[in-house]
Amino acid sequence: MKIPFSWLKDYVDIPVSAQELQDKLFSCGFEVEELTYLGKDVTNVVTGIVTETKKHPDADRLTVCRVDCGAHGVKQICTAATNVTEGAIVPVALDNSTVLHEGGVQKIKTGKLRGVLSEGMFCSGEELGINDDFYEGAEVNGILLLDADTPIGVDIRPVVGIDDYIFDIAVTANRPDCQSVFGMAREVAAILKQPLKTPATDYAAHPTDVKIPVTVKEPTLCPRYIGHYVSDVKIGTSPRRIRRRLALCGLRSVSDIVDITNFVLLELGQPMHAFDKNYLQGGIVVRRAQAGEKIVTLDEKEFTLTPDNLLICDEKKGVALAGVMGGRNSEIVPDTAAVFFEAAKFARDSVRKTSRALGQRSDSSARFEKGVDAYTCAFAMDRALHLVEELGCGKPTTWRVDVNAESLVPRMIAASYQKIDDLLGIRVPHEEMCAILTRLGFGVTATETGMNVTVPLWREDVDGYPDLAEEIIRSYGYEHITPTFLSQATVTGGGLTVAQKAEEKCRNVIRWQGYMEACNYSFYSPKDFDLMRLPADDARRRAVTILNPIGEDLSVMRTFLAPSLLADVVRNVRRGNDAGALFELANVYLPGQLPLTELPEERKHLALAKWGEGDFFDVKGAVEAFAEAFGLRLTFEKGEEPFLHPGITAVVRCGERQVGVIGELHPAVAAGLALEKRVVLAEIDYAALEKKFAKDIVYEGLPKFPSVVRDLAVVVDEDVTCAQVEDCIVKSCKAAKKAELFDVYRGARLGAGKKSMALHITFSSEDKAITPETADGWFQKIVLSLGKHLGGELR
Amino acid sequence: MDNIFEEVMEEVKNAVREFRDSRELYEAKMRFLGRTGRLTALYKKIREIPAEERPSFGQKINALKEQIEARFAALEEELRQKELAEKLAGESVDVTMPGRRAFVGTLHPVTRVRNMLIDVFAGMGFEVFEGPEIETDYYNFTALNTPADHPARDMQDTFYVSGGFLLRTQTSAGQIRLMEHKKPPIKMLSPGRVFRSDDDATHSPMFHQMEGLVVDRHITLCDLQGMLDEFARRIFGSGSKTRLRPSYFPFTEPSVEVDVSCHACGGKGCPLCKGTGWIEVLGAGMVNRRVLENCGIDPDEYTGFAFGMGIERIAMLKYGINNIKLLTENDVRFLGQFRD
Repeated sequence: MKIPFSWLKDYVDIPVSAQELQDKLFSCGFEVEELTYLGKDVTNVVTGIVTETKKHPDADRLTVCRVDCGAHGVKQICTAATNVTEGAIVPVALDNSTVLHEGGVQKIKTGKLRGVLSEGMFCSGEELGINDDFYEGAEVNGILLLDADTPIGVDIRPVVGIDDYIFDIAVTANRPDCQSVFGMAREVAAILKQPLKTPATDYAAHPTDVKIPVTVKEPTLCPRYIGHYVSDVKIGTSPRRIRRRLALCGLRSVSDIVDITNFVLLELGQPMHAFDKNYLQGGIVVRRAQAGEKIVTLDEKEFTLTPDNLLICDEKKGVALAGVMGGRNSEIVPDTAAVFFEAAKFARDSVRKTSRALGQRSDSSARFEKGVDAYTCAFAMDRALHLVEELGCGKPTTWRVDVNAESLVPRMIAASYQKIDDLLGIRVPHEEMCAILTRLGFGVTATETGMNVTVPLWREDVDGYPDLAEEIIRSYGYEHITPTFLSQATVTGGGLTVAQKAEEKCRNVIRWQGYMEACNYSFYSPKDFDLMRLPADDARRRAVTILNPIGEDLSVMRTFLAPSLLADVVRNVRRGNDAGALFELANVYLPGQLPLTELPEERKHLALAKWGEGDFFDVKGAVEAFAEAFGLRLTFEKGEEPFLHPGITAVVRCGERQVGVIGELHPAVAAGLALEKRVVLAEIDYAALEKKFAKDIVYEGLPKFPSVVRDLAVVVDEDVTCAQVEDCIVKSCKAAKKAELFDVYRGARLGAGKKSMALHITFSSEDKAITPETADGWFQKIVLSLGKHLGGELR
Repeated sequence: MDNIFEEVMEEVKNAVREFRDSRELYEAKMRFLGRTGRLTALYKKIREIPAEERPSFGQKINALKEQIEARFAALEEELRQKELAEKLAGESVDVTMPGRRAFVGTLHPVTRVRNMLIDVFAGMGFEVFEGPEIETDYYNFTALNTPADHPARDMQDTFYVSGGFLLRTQTSAGQIRLMEHKKPPIKMLSPGRVFRSDDDATHSPMFHQMEGLVVDRHITLCDLQGMLDEFARRIFGSGSKTRLRPSYFPFTEPSVEVDVSCHACGGKGCPLCKGTGWIEVLGAGMVNRRVLENCGIDPDEYTGFAFGMGIERIAMLKYGINNIKLLTENDVRFLGQFRD
């Protein structure tokens, strides 16, 4: 929201500097995002009167001028401009001055032009950073010629209207009333404790026979509509003070009638529209557009509408897109002779939807989206009519239609001092409370215990005592808040739940296995499903889709984490990180029905990725460490996963249930990513395991008799697995508590398709000491069993 | 005959003058003390000696034997020492070579900061509550006093999914879910992922927030600042202070923006705080009465405050990270810096 300092001063005396005002606004809740001094790049430029011109002796295109700059002396200046004559008053950039030049700042120094001394430069409007709205003639091709009554030898900046500050203020969403110069002036007056000067709204209403009825068919979308008929219009140009103000806020002058609507928009925050009465057929109807109805707006764009769009119509056609932009068919033209002014309140959501759906934004739609109050509609209409009269561009008539569905009775709040103090935690003097609210335009009647407060009609955001408390503390000053530490609150027990602690433990367990925690977006590309070679019917393709994603690559919610980690690996390898290990513990989103009829299931998954160093068994080891840390019994069996190597993939089970997968990345996937490093991935359904985490440790008695370890080497066929051998050993002898593989040997002597597996077998017995003979017996039993079940032979 | 002893001793001396290793020494020893050695031969000579001289001869042999044994024992010890010294010299290592250890991974900086924050507030009696990341409009907006046409919805660009559901834009959604089931006293912390349709140099479409909520009798704005002062001291250092200034959030009234004194310059003004001495860190306020009402809590009996902060923002301030993208790129050179 851009607010010119000079304009603010119309409504309130400001005895402080712009910078001081900026600080005061900041502590009252209005952050000035940028404070710009318009004349900052134009320095040491003064007005001067040309007293003599003569041809340059050596250059046809140059003129040598003498210019009287008053207190700054008489200067000689060479110029290439052709519009400088004796007696002209011009801006003179003196020695060591700065002006604007092609988007930058240019330094001007005394020098010689073709051998003739030039003690500066005459300036064009462009070099001063202004256009015709600041100063008529600023856009001519040549030097800016100033009015004949301009004083000589004075700083050019006040003369052309750039001795001014622009406050770019961030106005919070609850304060649409501050989206205007006068709105901010109300705040400034309260902050500085200065009286507020309300803009004049008086005008003489001339009788008329013209009748322009207004019918509002959608009072919820258009709670208030005021129309006023202005006759005897003669379109002209606005005076400099109006044009300059528009220019300061970045608007161009169009014509006096149109300028008045824009001026009121900036001044009071009320968007207005002026229809050329001659192009209106009958009265105004505010209705929803019919499907397919078309309108061409002022900027000559055609839109096809739907019933979601509110349309201002005459009896035959749409004449304005409500709150967004007027129609071309009824716009003000140079020969407009009568005008119908509109000042209305349109529902913010309706304007927003129309504006977004059509991609058509305007200063009006921006204001309506933030909210315009019904009170200001009438205020603004009166102000516009006053300006019409003041500028003499038409005659306000007696014909006004005001269709209003909103109450204009101010809201009353009875607020006790105690309640306000209790919320703030400090005691604010009662008279201070009343004074603050009064300065902000509230009506206040103090009672013994509180205040009866009348809320100004433009403050639709205030409806309870906490709002008043906020108004009071932001003016009284937050520095009065004295920090206390929950002095009266109940003591509560806090901390993490068991499940939350388990997640932290999980992160640490995996981390201690050498993995770094990654953090990835919760969404990725639907193409990732193809990249991971998921078949068309794979359940993981059923993903929650974002309707308005930033891009397709961030458009589906993750159903498994592996694609994210794989992308991390690829990024790392491309950056030269040849080896690494990452993990992520995060939610996947599993929809019930699609489209969603209820919230999707959010399940925690744990995913690991290791590349460059190590192999399948390193990642499996990390998963085993995780299982051990949580007392889980996981089993691993050969399995398949579309994105993993068919020979190096294990399905992880807990009991019967599949809870995850570990494997080396499928070479086809790696090739598609131009990955030359080997990558091992694991994805574990953490949520499925959570319920099986060991609750507490229960001590087991130590064995009474020492256990005996025997080593066994058995030759088996290549396709016999370690798990089969271990299982066979443990099952064939009750005393064999554990069988652990420690070596696998393959060699010519064993024959093709054979391998020798060496295992430590631990025997233990609860009822007697184990003699060597007993152990030998058990050992033989195991050898027999291995032979019988797995065709194994002792090596 | 007597000089035979001296001769043998002389022989011993000669024999041990040069030996290279324990084996040669042993061989020499055996030449004198072995079963077929010189001494055995001398003992055998006893028989050739007259009987009266035998005891003296025997004593002399014994003495000689002891002498020789002592001699070899000394040499053996000397050799052991020498060999040990050689062995030790051969086993010498370069102690400046790197130690061998398991590589330990790291926690993500966001997790680290999240844990730090939980630690600060859990100690004050806050429990941790995590709501769903995909939310309903009701929990994310409406119940938080942000009805459909509310301009505050424009403050956050929301991602929508089918069925009218959305990706939560704020962890404040968790406030409502908790308060529907739990009545005061409430001290809740709600950390988690949030999503906004924003992707530029300083914004990420996904980031983490930490929401805090206290609802009880007699909770005041002074309590809010007191608690946040404690937070600032614990996270940014013991000299840290907070400053409140007016702001707006639909679900709090009054609402404040909370600045923390700049930890880089101590409040004197520096590039980090753009010369102001203060850094904007979080938003907070007294819980709006309507929010309490929406959750069935009597706003005339209870008051409360809420605060919400971006975990990434705190992490970036704390660790001096200058680019938010680093936090989701998962470059191991970046992640590896967050060691304990």
